[in-house]
Amino acid sequence: MSASQLTLKIKGLRDSLLVTLPEGRWDDLRGLLLNQIQERESFFKGARLALDVGVQALHVSDVSELRDALSEQGVALWAVLSESPATEKTAQLLGLATRLARPTPEVPRAPAAVVEADKALWVDKTLRSGMRVEYPGHIVVLGDVNPGAEIVAGGSVIVWGRLRGVVHAGAEGNGEASVCALDLSPQQLRIAGEIALAPKQRKTPVPEIVRLKDGQLVAEPWRPDKH
Amino acid sequence: MSTVLTIGSGKGGVGKTTAVANLAVALAASGDKVVCIDGDIGLRNLDVIMGLENRIVYDLVDVVEGRCRLRQAMIRDKHLPELYLIPAAQTRDKNAVSPSDMVRLCDELRGEYDWILIDSPAGIERGFKNAIAPADRVVVVTNPEVSAVRDADRVIGILEAEEKGTPSLILNRLNPIMVKRHDMLSADDVVDLLAVKIIGVVPEDEDVIVAANRGSPVALDQKSRAGQAFRNIAQRLKGIDTPFLALDDQGNLWQRLFAGRK
Ligand SMILES: Nc1ncnc2c1ncn2[C@@H]1O[C@H](COP(=O)(O)OP(=O)(O)OP(=O)(O)O)[C@@H](O)[C@H]1O
Ligand SMILES: [Mg+2]
Repeated sequence: MSASQLTLKIKGLRDSLLVTLPEGRWDDLRGLLLNQIQERESFFKGARLALDVGVQALHVSDVSELRDALSEQGVALWAVLSESPATEKTAQLLGLATRLARPTPEVPRAPAAVVEADKALWVDKTLRSGMRVEYPGHIVVLGDVNPGAEIVAGGSVIVWGRLRGVVHAGAEGNGEASVCALDLSPQQLRIAGEIALAPKQRKTPVPEIVRLKDGQLVAEPWRPDKH
Repeated sequence: MSTVLTIGSGKGGVGKTTAVANLAVALAASGDKVVCIDGDIGLRNLDVIMGLENRIVYDLVDVVEGRCRLRQAMIRDKHLPELYLIPAAQTRDKNAVSPSDMVRLCDELRGEYDWILIDSPAGIERGFKNAIAPADRVVVVTNPEVSAVRDADRVIGILEAEEKGTPSLILNRLNPIMVKRHDMLSADDVVDLLAVKIIGVVPEDEDVIVAANRGSPVALDQKSRAGQAFRNIAQRLKGIDTPFLALDDQGNLWQRLFAGRK
């Protein structure tokens, strides 16, 4: 399919524009998008843009390059929606939203959502300050979660490393969720609606797991026999 | 082969400009050809620290906007013939330059100089993006303070996400006496959190401020400890293995005198 046959779908949201890309080669689509924006400069100028890229698998360099090109044209990319897990991860690493609306944590979801959420996002790197990873299912981090980083999971969170940032498990109200880490010293830890602030730093950290028991957050050593 | 090296930090005032001036001087004194670019448009001060303020005719924005040729904006250093500065514009803002302008400009300098050092502004916005766009290597400067380290972590994360690779770290303004009293983060604490390679530790040193005011970077002062630390970092940048200064060896003279007798 040649680039000229491709068309964009543009939809106005409350405070931003949602652009849905057709299928095609990324280079063509990228060119198409930037062209359209240039042609309709006054329409796009100053807009916040959410981009639905469909199944397109994008690397960090693709998205960051596009974000820079858009910002040169006065358009702020704030979200990238995709069916590709690779693209979702890319967007998360760049601090972009991957869904249009944040779920409201107070309202417990229907059971159907819980079943759908029983998947895990695999993050095989350290999360540094300012990074936020949000996923409706479980989140597994192979690395540290540094102070200033944030994890929000619909399900449980496992950190194979030091958890020193902010973590929210069961973010959609699931009180069965748990949080465990090799060294658990978060700035703030939440499961469903319960919040615990930073515990004291221990000299020799042991792996721990936190669960919600009778409305209270309880930390226990994380050992194979405890599951 | 040129290396474009950008110095960034996230937090302001941690010593980026000081590091650029001193590394530039140290590299040039070791025989390399060096150009520094002040990327802090609107708040330029690399020219002051290098003592070249009075010689500015054209600046970075003049080059980008085609009002002069690149050579015309390059100011030759007073002491070192192979050291040049491209100053920032004082009266414009960072949007006057784009990341691709910086890439083009550095490409023009590549080949002729061994080092192109870029002084990044604080923050993680446009000016920072401009400064890292052409970088082959990035060095992050931080201080042994929780907030500075947190910002360094943020910047390192951005650099990794933008596929600039993991930067190396300069820990500046370390006070060994305070570290010993457990009143200051140690180099180990900082490296433990940031998980990057440390390329130098520079002590807190009044000479830095005196030298900056005189417009003659402290790396030119053979007696200064901070100057020595910067010269060592320059060696490490060149790939020459250089031992770290024993920063606490003047902390307590008696301890040092008796250390050998234990
Ligand atoms: N090792 C040191 N010992 C003592 N003073 C220092 C040291 N390093 C830097 N300073 C002082 O700290 C101040 C800030 O340094 P500098 O201007 O290099 O920081 P910067 O990171 O470039 O700041 P900005 O973010 O505003 O560009 C200056 O007054 C400088 O002289
Ligand atoms: Mg500066």
